[in-house]
Amino acid sequence: MAKANEIKYLTAIKAEKPKKKFCRFKKYGIKYVDYKDVEFLKKFVNDQGKIFPRRLTGNSLKYQRKVSDAVKKARQMALMPYVTDLLK
Amino acid sequence: MNNYELMVIFTPVLSDEEFKAVQKKYSDFIIENGGNVVHSNPWGLKSLAYPIQKKTTGIYWVLEYSAPSSFNEKLKIQLLRDEQVLRHMITALDKYAVEYNAKKRSGVPTGTEKVEG
Repeated sequence: MAKANEIKYLTAIKAEKPKKKFCRFKKYGIKYVDYKDVEFLKKFVNDQGKIFPRRLTGNSLKYQRKVSDAVKKARQMALMPYVTDLLK
Repeated sequence: MNNYELMVIFTPVLSDEEFKAVQKKYSDFIIENGGNVVHSNPWGLKSLAYPIQKKTTGIYWVLEYSAPSSFNEKLKIQLLRDEQVLRHMITALDKYAVEYNAKKRSGVPTGTEKVEG
């Protein structure tokens, strides 16, 4: 009879507590996402230059759309690459 | 009279006085058509994130202005006809954007610094 601590689970138990996600735009009262502010937009883009989904950034829908519009404008004006590696 | 923001990328081979001349040309074009220039902000030579027309650098220029809504079409025709312009983008600014730009210029923190990664 395997003792309790010898049981190997197939998937790891999610031990770490997921940190409380909040919409940073509501919290800090940012109303406009500027497409020229590349440093700020890089926080919402992974290192391949792709936009993070809402469940990772924790943004509310309204501001996630503003962020994605701003990123697309920055890409259009060659401020941000469409696809790259090790952007950060 | 709506608020707009124009961002233009010029070819990097543009010399300094040509750059000023072209800025003046477009600013005057806006003023004579009944708009007024709020703020002109030349960024100068910057490297592009990806090559445009085989060029890897470009001269950026950001211009904030307000103009009647019928004006942008004329501006677009001018910009498309101009060979020195690699790419341009006209964005409409809502009241939050205008307030953001005003705060950005006057050095008041706009809250984006506090946002950690």
